[in-house]
Amino acid sequence: MNPLSRFDQVFGVHAQALPLHRQRLELLASNLANADTPGYKARDLDFASALAAVEAGPEGSAQSAVRERVVLQPSRDGNTVDAQREQASFADAALRYQASLGFVEGRLKTLMTALSGQ
Amino acid sequence: MIVSTFRIFDIAGSAMSAQSLRLNTVASNLANAESLSGSAESAYKARLPVFRPEDYGGELAGVSVTAITESLRPAQARHEPGHPLADAQGMVYAPNVNVVEEMVNMISASRSYQSSVEVLNTAKELAVRTLGVGR
Repeated sequence: MNPLSRFDQVFGVHAQALPLHRQRLELLASNLANADTPGYKARDLDFASALAAVEAGPEGSAQSAVRERVVLQPSRDGNTVDAQREQASFADAALRYQASLGFVEGRLKTLMTALSGQ
Repeated sequence: MIVSTFRIFDIAGSAMSAQSLRLNTVASNLANAESLSGSAESAYKARLPVFRPEDYGGELAGVSVTAITESLRPAQARHEPGHPLADAQGMVYAPNVNVVEEMVNMISASRSYQSSVEVLNTAKELAVRTLGVGR
C-alpha cells in the first residue's frame, strides 16, 4: 500500500463533507436571495444522499441530491421561499461547516505534532 | 479538488443590489406620490422592478432586475377647479401610487436586504476561518 494514500484518509469523511456543506450554504443563499422573486422554488441539499453520491465515485455529483422544498405556505406569485426557515437552515449549515472545519483542523494539528516529533 | 471561491458573495451581492434598486423605486414612488398633473397620461406612474432568478450554474441562483415596469392602475382624478394645472373639467390627476403599498414594499425590501447582509457576514466569517486552517 502506498504510504502516501493514508494521507487521503487522514481527514476522514470531512474532506468530502466540507465542500458539500459549502454547496448547501450556497443553495440556501440562493433561496434567501430569491425570497422576493416570483415563481422561484426553494431548494435544499439532501445531505445524506449527496454524501453517498460523492463517496460512491470520484466524479460523483451532489447535484442529484438537490431537492425542492416541501411547501408549507405557498404564495400567490409561485414563490416557495420561507425566509425564516431559510435563515434557520443557513445558520444550521454554517454551524455544520464550522464543525467539519474544526475536525479537519484537529487532524491537522495531530499530524503536525506527529511530524515535529517532540 | 480546488475549492472554488465562495459563490455566496456573488449571490448575496446580487440580492443586495436588487433589493436596493427596489428601495430606490419605492423612494421615487413615495417622493412623487403627490406630483399632480394636468392629464391622466402625463401623471407619474408607480415604478415596479421585475425580479428574475439569475442562473449561477449548479442549481444556484442569484437575482437580477430584468426591467422596471410602470403600474397599470389608472391615475387618481381629483376635482380641483382652482388648481393651475386643472383641465377644462376642473380635474387634476394624482399618480397611481399607493402609499401604503409602497411602505409595505419598503419594509419587505429592507428586511430582505438585511438578511443578505447576514448571509454575507456569515460567509465571510467561514471564509476567514477556512483560510486560517493550519496556521
